This record gives sequence, structure tokens and C-alpha cells, in this order.
Amino acid sequence: MSEVLLSATDLGVKRGNRWLIKGVDISLEAGQITTVIGPNGAGKSTLVRSLLNLIKTTSGDITTIKGLRIGYMPQKLKLEDTLPLTVARFLDLGRHKQHQLSPQLWHDLLHECRAEKLLNRPMQELSGGETQRILLLRALLRKPHLLVLDEPVQGVDVTGQVSLYNLIGQVRNILGCGILMVSHDLHLVMAATDQVICLNQHICCSGHPEQVSQDPAFTDLFGPQGAGNLALYNHQHNHHHTSHGDIIAGEHHEGCDHG
Amino acid sequence: MANFLLWAWLGGLMIAAVAGPLGSFMVWRRMAYFGDTLAHAALLGVALGLLLQVNISLAVVLVCLLLALLLSTLVHKRIIATDTLLGILSHASLSLGLVSLSLFDHQSIDLMGFLFGDLLAIGQHDLLWIALACCLVLVILVSIWTPLLSITVNEELAQVEGINVAWMRTLLMLLVAVVIAVAMKVVGVLLITSLLIIPAAAARRLSSSPEQMALLASLLGMLAVTGGLALSWFYDTPAGPSVVVIASTLFFLLFSFPRSFRLS
Repeated sequence: MSEVLLSATDLGVKRGNRWLIKGVDISLEAGQITTVIGPNGAGKSTLVRSLLNLIKTTSGDITTIKGLRIGYMPQKLKLEDTLPLTVARFLDLGRHKQHQLSPQLWHDLLHECRAEKLLNRPMQELSGGETQRILLLRALLRKPHLLVLDEPVQGVDVTGQVSLYNLIGQVRNILGCGILMVSHDLHLVMAATDQVICLNQHICCSGHPEQVSQDPAFTDLFGPQGAGNLALYNHQHNHHHTSHGDIIAGEHHEGCDHG
Repeated sequence: MANFLLWAWLGGLMIAAVAGPLGSFMVWRRMAYFGDTLAHAALLGVALGLLLQVNISLAVVLVCLLLALLLSTLVHKRIIATDTLLGILSHASLSLGLVSLSLFDHQSIDLMGFLFGDLLAIGQHDLLWIALACCLVLVILVSIWTPLLSITVNEELAQVEGINVAWMRTLLMLLVAVVIAVAMKVVGVLLITSLLIIPAAAARRLSSSPEQMALLASLLGMLAVTGGLALSWFYDTPAGPSVVVIASTLFFLLFSFPRSFRLS
């Protein structure tokens, strides 16, 4: 078992009278990709933001290794048009004084993120997919022990999503960092994940993707449709979902995508 | 050239130089209305300074800073929409300032001077204070430039990267408060924000980096001060508003340039 970078026990965040998340135990290891999935409003972003110390927690403890460097990729980047900022300058802002990438590694990552041609462009002119790649690159500049990605493929088209997930997998291999990722599209993430945490205020189930997909709690949470998509991905046809026309259409789509 | 004109010009130039980079941050962080609120509160600071018989500039800085801290707490608590809150505090503090100033002996207070500035009344003593304040603000601004830029781009990203966001925000507000206290002499509390915002906004069209915009904003501000003073000298117009008129003219002139025109 590899080194535990960050672990939290009994994490809870309460706003007003409502618990956004409650009793969450989580442990993130070096070289492992952990994906948090769950329906909208399940508290995925709350969990991530509390682990990053961006919001106050109501209960629980978070322990990290000493000098843990985190690379964070926020959901969205909204830049004012009034700020003249090139991609290169934006990336510079994320550099760590002591922990810099070697020129070779920088070059590799620049290439992996297909960012060479973007460096002199103003940030505001990038497309959704380009912005996400640059955000990822910036998160990597600090040679992070842990990479935290909050819905990294938001606003990216389907082909872009696949390549972005591939890119994230590559990054793990290159840097050997642990990755915590939030997602609500189940099928795409599963293949590239070591550990899945299924969240709905509390942790419903967790473990290896296949294990989780068979868990009754998982089916309860996402319904036969979501679980069916996943089962399809694992080539285990699930018959619960064939009664609805729109779901069959989705099935086709998934089939094409996968084939 | 008369001496008082020279002092006015030098004082104006120094404030414009600092207002460039600071105003750029206010434009990037959408703080225009916030600056207005602080500036209006400056009048309350003047009243308080007179009442307690302490240095007026010091009282202005303190009142501005207190209001800034109060504002950020209230905004954080989300009592009411931020622009409404700013609208309330801005005019409440302006009115409170006007009311308390009216309680003093009318002869001794130059209300118009506080409201619209009295650039031509700047003396050597004032000039020294302006120079000190401007140097201080500039030194601090340069030394925290990168972290300040980071929190302007994205506060959460900056915090995860280890920047103390709350402290940086407070520091920026403090710098704005100091500049308001000294710039009050030049354009008055009602027009201070324009000296910060307009040159920066005018510089945007020509700039391709934050530093370029800040520097250009300083130059444009200095040009506006020079032009405004000339206008005031030759046509006997009020100095503060003349500076703002020239700055606005520069803004509209530059924005009629084609979008593609940039310094590289």
C-alpha cells in the first residue's frame, strides 16, 4: 500500500440546519485516482472544498503529510475581460518558488496538454476545452503530491472529455501523484479510476469501480438508468433499463462510444 | 510659472502615478462602487478628524479602513445584495459626513474643497505628505504585486497555492484608503474613484499584460492631471473636475481605436 497523502475522518459540513455532508471518511494515496461521484446536490464540491480547507468544516479531522503540495483545478475559471492576461502569464502565477518542474518535464506536460500554441493567447479567448487543459497544466506546475480536480470536463464536448480523462491518467503516470476527482458522469470516469466514492451527503458505498457498480446502494442512488450505463460499460448487460425508450437510445450512444 | 501651480502639478502627478496600478486592480476586481463608498466615507473621516482634533488625513484613512472591514464582514454574511449594501453605506456615510460637518462653524470649513478638491491649494507641506503616502503605497503594491494578481485571477486557486487571501484583500483596501485620503485634496471625495478607474479603463484597450496596463494607466492619469490643470489655468475652470473631464476624454478617444490595436 502506498503512502497516504491526506485522510479525513468523520468530516461534516453544516449550513443552517442542513448537513451538506456528514460523517465522511476518506483517504487519498499517492499514485491512486479516487473519483467522487453522486447526484447533483450530493455535496461533492463541498467535500472537495472542505478537504482543500476552502470552507470551514463543522466536524471531523483532516490530516495530511507534512508539506503536502496540492494542485487544484477549479470547476470553472471566470476571468474579467478587463484583465489583460496571456496564457503564459497565467501559468507563471501558479509556479512554486522551490518546487519547479524540470525543463524536460515542463516540455512533456506542455505537449501532453497541447498548450504550446496557446501560450501567447489571451486567457479570455480560449475555448472551454482549452481553458480546462490550461487549468490542468497550471495545477501540475507545482509538482503536486495531490491533484484535485472538481468536475474537470465541464463545458467540454464528448470527444474532448475522453481525451481529457486520458490526459489525467497520463499525468498520474508521469508525476506519480494522487488524484482526487469529482464527476457526475459515471461511465467515462470509471475506466480510469482506482477507487470510487459514491456520495449523497454521506458515503453510500466505496471501493473499486466494479465492486461499487454491483452495490445495491449504488443502484438506489443513480437508479437503474445510471447503474445500467455503468453495467454496459463493464459489458454486463442489465435488463432493468430496457423498458424506457429514451434509455435505449442512450444505450446505443454508449455502445458506439465504447466500440 | 507660479509656485502654487507647480505644487499642484507635482502633487497631482504623484497621485496619478499611484492611482494607475491601484486603479487597475480596482477595475480588475470590480471595485469601482466599493471605491466610491470608501471615498464618500472619507467625508465622515474629515468630520471626525475635526471633532476629535486629530490629523484629518489619519482620520480619513482610519474611517475608510473601518468601513472597508465592516463592508467585507457584511458582504460575507450575505445580509443583502452587495450593490444594495454599497449603495446604502455609500450614501449613508456621505450624508452623515455632510450633517456632521454642518454642525461646525461654517466659516472655517471649505466644504466644496472636500467634495470637489482644491488642487491649487496644495502647499509644500501637503506635497511632502503626498510624496510619503505615494511612496509607501507604491512600495507595498510592488512588493505584493504577484500574490495580489493571483487572488485577482482566482481567489480559491490562490488560497490552495498558499496565499493568504484575506490578508491580501485587507491590504489592498488599506492602500485604497490611503490613496483616497491623499487624493481628496486633488479631486475631492465625489470624484476620487474617477481618478482611479478612468485612466485604468482607458489603458485596457492598449495593453496586453497587467503591468503594461498599470503603467499606461499611470501615464494617462498624469496626462489628465497636466491637461486638467492647464484647462483650469487658462479658462479658470475648477481644477478637480477639469482633470476628470480630460481623463474621460482620453478614455473615449482610446476606445474609439480599433480593438486589434495593442502594444506588444
